[in-house]
Amino acid sequence: MSDNLLTLEGVHTHIGAYHILHGVDLAVPRGQLTMLLGRNGAGKTTTLRTIMGLWRASQGKVTFGGRDITALPTPQIAGLGVAYVPENMGIFADLTVRENMLLAARSAKHAGQFDDTRLKWIFSLFPAVEKFWNHPAGKLSGGQKQMLAVSRAIIEPRELLVIDEPSKGLAPAIINNMIDAFAQLKAKGVTILLVEQNFNFAKRLGDTVAVMDNGRIVHAGSMQALADDELLQHSLLGLAL
Amino acid sequence: MNRDFDWKPLALVPLLALLVLPFIGSASTWVTLTVAGLAMGMIIFIIASGLTLVFGLMDVLNFGHGVFIALGAFVATSVMGGMADYTNSESLARNLLAVVPAMLAAMAVAAAIGLAFERFIVRPVYGNHLKQILITMGGMIIGEELIKVVWGPQQIPLPLPLGMQGTLLFGDAAVEKYRLIAVVVGVAVFALLLWTLTRTKLGLLIRAGVQDREMVESLGYRIHLLFIGVFVAGSALAGLGGVMWGLYQQNVVPQMGAQVNVLIFIVLIIGGLGSTTGALIGALLVGLMANYTGFLVPKAALFSNILLMMAILLWRPQGVYALGK
Repeated sequence: MSDNLLTLEGVHTHIGAYHILHGVDLAVPRGQLTMLLGRNGAGKTTTLRTIMGLWRASQGKVTFGGRDITALPTPQIAGLGVAYVPENMGIFADLTVRENMLLAARSAKHAGQFDDTRLKWIFSLFPAVEKFWNHPAGKLSGGQKQMLAVSRAIIEPRELLVIDEPSKGLAPAIINNMIDAFAQLKAKGVTILLVEQNFNFAKRLGDTVAVMDNGRIVHAGSMQALADDELLQHSLLGLAL
Repeated sequence: MNRDFDWKPLALVPLLALLVLPFIGSASTWVTLTVAGLAMGMIIFIIASGLTLVFGLMDVLNFGHGVFIALGAFVATSVMGGMADYTNSESLARNLLAVVPAMLAAMAVAAAIGLAFERFIVRPVYGNHLKQILITMGGMIIGEELIKVVWGPQQIPLPLPLGMQGTLLFGDAAVEKYRLIAVVVGVAVFALLLWTLTRTKLGLLIRAGVQDREMVESLGYRIHLLFIGVFVAGSALAGLGGVMWGLYQQNVVPQMGAQVNVLIFIVLIIGGLGSTTGALIGALLVGLMANYTGFLVPKAALFSNILLMMAILLWRPQGVYALGK
């Protein structure tokens, strides 16, 4: 059996009249953190949304844990153990932090049924979540909202975390906080697919990397190899490090 | 309620009531009009509460909501018509033995028709407001015609049971008993809705779905099933509201749903689409305004609610409780 938890084979996605993904081939190895990099408009977010079934693949196949999920509805994909943090974080602004977390904990009917050990671990990763537990989520700062979004994704064990640009617009201190959190998740063996534009963030965390351009994967390999090859970085990402 | 709750819109209701007091002059007349306005507002709230959630959850403009009001009222005429022994009694308890089954039957029939309405009329037009308006209005016209087929086109009386007729005196102020009953039922419905929305996971899902249904699906919940549930519950509440409205008017006509529809949409716009508390504030303001202007400037009664809506929208263009979508 393949050691890839998630694979995309020749995935095309259309949004209305626009053809966004042009045959994406991507493999996310089990237990590793895979970085999906690329310039703005390369198709990274569309790839994540296609994995989640929020936009349908018009061609190709998405497989999760050996099961074809290409045509499954989003709730069913989530039910298989995929947690998604969208680029806009998807925070329910009118609900409190506690209520946001309760919704993500599908097995809990009320806050008393949270897994205490896991909750304490989340509080240790993101103290702001505990501090603002009973506050409306809409009142949190951008960084605090991002912490809540990630906390929501990990409130219960999931096989795969799909996260879209967690460092976007965050202060360096909070980015470091995020890196620590993802490092701990990695250490627990969670498989993560992470879209990122911040290469420094990516190279500190990534095990494997895929680079997108014009709706295709144009490079795939180990993160370390890309981090060590400045010429390749320039050609793929236009980076001036 | 948490400390971040926005209390200003709630203050509008007593503010409006106090503002008109000097113009009415007599305190007893003011009390009578205010209770009448609150009762009317509560009935409108019962009808509108389901519709606001339907719009908030699925962005569906259901202009056919009125048909459930009429349906509920007509079902009540059939149920109560066969229970004369109970409705002609002066005992409120015996009256309730007729009214409560009528309400339950009205809710059940409205819920069942609501289920079919969602499946065959609303579901094919998700995401297209223009088609939603046209097809749901068409659905209401068909519903009205079907009511005429079953109950006939004529106006049917729905008299208040004897024990609910008459007035109670509070000092010099005469307050109709039924209006107090309407306020009690409205408060009970609001409390139940508020409890469901704030104290249960189902309510959390509804509130979250109103804000971002895609994210609710990404968390693993089937929002469509939730929507069907809310649509059916909203239809049942409209059926209940129809019984209350029919008893308030003491007669029912097949077109009554269309007549109330206008008021409902004014309420939803004032309250902020998708907000239950907003719908309550909007309904109370509309009920009070209709009664005060009906007494002070009868010719302006119809226009007054439009004016009220305009004033509110100038203050808060998204309604008094805009949702954080």
